Amino acid sequence: MMEKIQTDVAIVGAGGAGLRAAIALAEADPKLRISLISKVYPMRSHTCAAEGGAAGVIKPDDSMDLHFNDTVGGGDWLCDQDAVEYFIKEAPKELTQLEHWGCPWSREADGSVAVRPFGGMKIKRTWFAADKTGFHLLHTLFQTSLKYPSIQRFDEHYATDLLVDAGRCQGLTAIEMRSGQLRQFQAKAVIITTGGAGRMFPFTTNGAIKTGDGMAMAYRAGVSLKDMEFVQYHPTGLPNTGILLTEGCRGEGGILVNKHNYRYLQDYGMGPETPIGQPVLKTMELGPRDRLSQAFWHEQKKGNTVPTPWGDCVLLDMRHLGEKLIDERLPFVRELATSYLQKDPVHEPIPIRPVVHYMMGGIHTDINAATVLPGLFAAGECACVTINGANRLGSNSLTELLVFGKRAALSAVEYIGSGVTPNDAAITKQAERVQGRIRTLFEKSGGTESISGLRKEMTDSMEEHAGIYRTAEGLQSACAKIGELRLRYADIELHDKTNVYNTDLLQALELGAMLDCAEAVAVGALERKESRGAHQRLDFEARDDQNYLKHTLAHYHPNEPPRIEYLDVVITKSQPSVRDYSGAKK
Amino acid sequence: MSERQIQLEVLRYNPETDSEPRFQTYSVPCEAEWVVLDALNYVKDHLDTTLSYRWSCHMAVCGSCGMMINGEPTLSCKAFLRDYPDTIRVEPLVHFPIERDLVTVIDDFMEKLNRVKPYLIPKEARTIAEGEYRQSPAELKRFKQYTLCINCMLCYSACPEYGLIPDFIGPAAIALAHRYNSDSRDGGREQRQQVIATKEGVWECSFVGACSEVCPKHVDPAAALQQVKIASTVDWYKEHLMPWGKS
Repeated sequence: MMEKIQTDVAIVGAGGAGLRAAIALAEADPKLRISLISKVYPMRSHTCAAEGGAAGVIKPDDSMDLHFNDTVGGGDWLCDQDAVEYFIKEAPKELTQLEHWGCPWSREADGSVAVRPFGGMKIKRTWFAADKTGFHLLHTLFQTSLKYPSIQRFDEHYATDLLVDAGRCQGLTAIEMRSGQLRQFQAKAVIITTGGAGRMFPFTTNGAIKTGDGMAMAYRAGVSLKDMEFVQYHPTGLPNTGILLTEGCRGEGGILVNKHNYRYLQDYGMGPETPIGQPVLKTMELGPRDRLSQAFWHEQKKGNTVPTPWGDCVLLDMRHLGEKLIDERLPFVRELATSYLQKDPVHEPIPIRPVVHYMMGGIHTDINAATVLPGLFAAGECACVTINGANRLGSNSLTELLVFGKRAALSAVEYIGSGVTPNDAAITKQAERVQGRIRTLFEKSGGTESISGLRKEMTDSMEEHAGIYRTAEGLQSACAKIGELRLRYADIELHDKTNVYNTDLLQALELGAMLDCAEAVAVGALERKESRGAHQRLDFEARDDQNYLKHTLAHYHPNEPPRIEYLDVVITKSQPSVRDYSGAKK
Repeated sequence: MSERQIQLEVLRYNPETDSEPRFQTYSVPCEAEWVVLDALNYVKDHLDTTLSYRWSCHMAVCGSCGMMINGEPTLSCKAFLRDYPDTIRVEPLVHFPIERDLVTVIDDFMEKLNRVKPYLIPKEARTIAEGEYRQSPAELKRFKQYTLCINCMLCYSACPEYGLIPDFIGPAAIALAHRYNSDSRDGGREQRQQVIATKEGVWECSFVGACSEVCPKHVDPAAALQQVKIASTVDWYKEHLMPWGKS
């Protein structure tokens, strides 16, 4: 018999958004039974890898309007502006809440929280804890969560399927990795907080666990994925490993040069050149991530990049910042570059190249973090509200997972207040079908395909055709390839037929999730015949507000490409305009 | 890029099929700048899909991939092959039960972490509207180092006391308790002292210092333990010899 766990709210994913949601639930009502389910221990969640900081208006020279304009312009007007307004209003409260829970934010001399500049910002607004902000945020939340006995953790449980009956989400199934047993969680509401899916690309800052499991789980249950074609490349990754060097490097004054030691960003609408060591906001190196990554691509085409054993690079030069500032504000960057590339930023420029970093798209949610499926909520990178539009502003994502993690929890509380209860018989039947499907995958023999083989074909195709610049031809080939891989997936054979911590099985399930997400990216990109933010088409170079000031909604089909629909963007006070990152001109 | 052939001797143990752990050797072609984790991933992808181990970030911050590498507790994502001979032995972290292959059971640590109350117990309540607590850079510096623990368990593997006396609360958990005790915003020291200023707490530590040597984040848990010992000695004197000195 499959074990059944009765709970009020099940949260899938125990990173920043999941932990914030769990704490909000526990505080809203101590009697709520909360199940926090994650395929890893909470402190292993990928929130820990975020470096630079979290945006929130706190200083007297800043304003809600400035943060709004930076976010909406940064997102190339694809953000839902009502959601952005809500986000910006809640942001400082959430960051202050984290401070009250002990987060070791870096400080000004007077003891107030310090802020640093980030790309695409008109004013300094990024709260930071040296260059380990995500790590501190995650551990502060995890440690704080230990205060609440009503948060019951199910660490190392891999969620496989949502259980849906009578048009309501009523729970999920998850494999307990230690035993290999499938467990059924019967819940009045489910919140998905599983993060991104960067591992569908070969070169990414994302950890191994970022395989889009939660996105795929919602997608297969009938909730559409929104704006999946918008994949953010971070301009400064280490070329051999894809390890991120935070935008804080440029915020503190680091510069980007090509092989002629020339600050090439001035040739791409982000100039004029600013004096070294005196960064100007929203200009040159403090332009937005999409523009910087695109500039790299052009430099590479022009032959201005530096060849390295790991491919073409440009150079991030931080030497003029000096050892003291680097050690105080960027110690992790120094450690990472020195150990993984054997180059010390204090003494030499660091070769870097753009690297897949963040999914602007995700599970289609509204301003309340609710999906179209009653009882299902989502927050953080796996969700698409969207405050990020076509290109996320650096340091908005950590704040987003706090604001909408809490929002999802409050919405769930409100929803279960209406008296919903799971239908045991109906969802148990579904859970048994899930068990049967997994058993078939598990026991199948004679398969000809390997997990790593299919994964490599997927990542190669995504990199080649769905990267920084795209064409119809390339995207058609990516769509065909992913479609083919989804069929061939049925021919995978597992070699590990045992139960305890079976990572062969887990990797097979993760690959299935990534293929579903990758197809939504490729098809969404093919259909969007314009260039906007992180989605750049060589065959449609201009933004087209007439036809595409709209969100893409991809609807799942088990063995065909997704059906694409469009949804109007919510505009409250900012009409689409030109994105200007040449602040120094004014 | 230059390739080098490494012999990876990996401890294998599957509770369903093995009566005891055994070693399996894999011959792995490696790139010059690889870490041990890259070699394990090569095995998983190309040689043996049944091998199990934990990993995620590949940048020494998630704390998943701690293992014994040639007998030393090490993060496999930070163990550069350039620093090792051609034969490398990889085993699960010692002092923990083996769940499967290189995966250990860390329930004991998770329970101990919970016990030391590793969260801020505010000295003074404050509403969100009142804004942040003020904390000077000097006050932050007093505990900052102890916030850097990634819970990777290397210190528990290195600690001879923990190997002998499993009740010992151990380096990482005590360092975290000390982190909150040293935070200018916190008022929960007395509650935590009841847990850590005890026989299973700091007084079990014999100050070998191995924990600090293996710490990949330079947290220096040994220093935290010594500071807790000194502070609790002062507490004892205040209570027993100078009752008027109790604040």
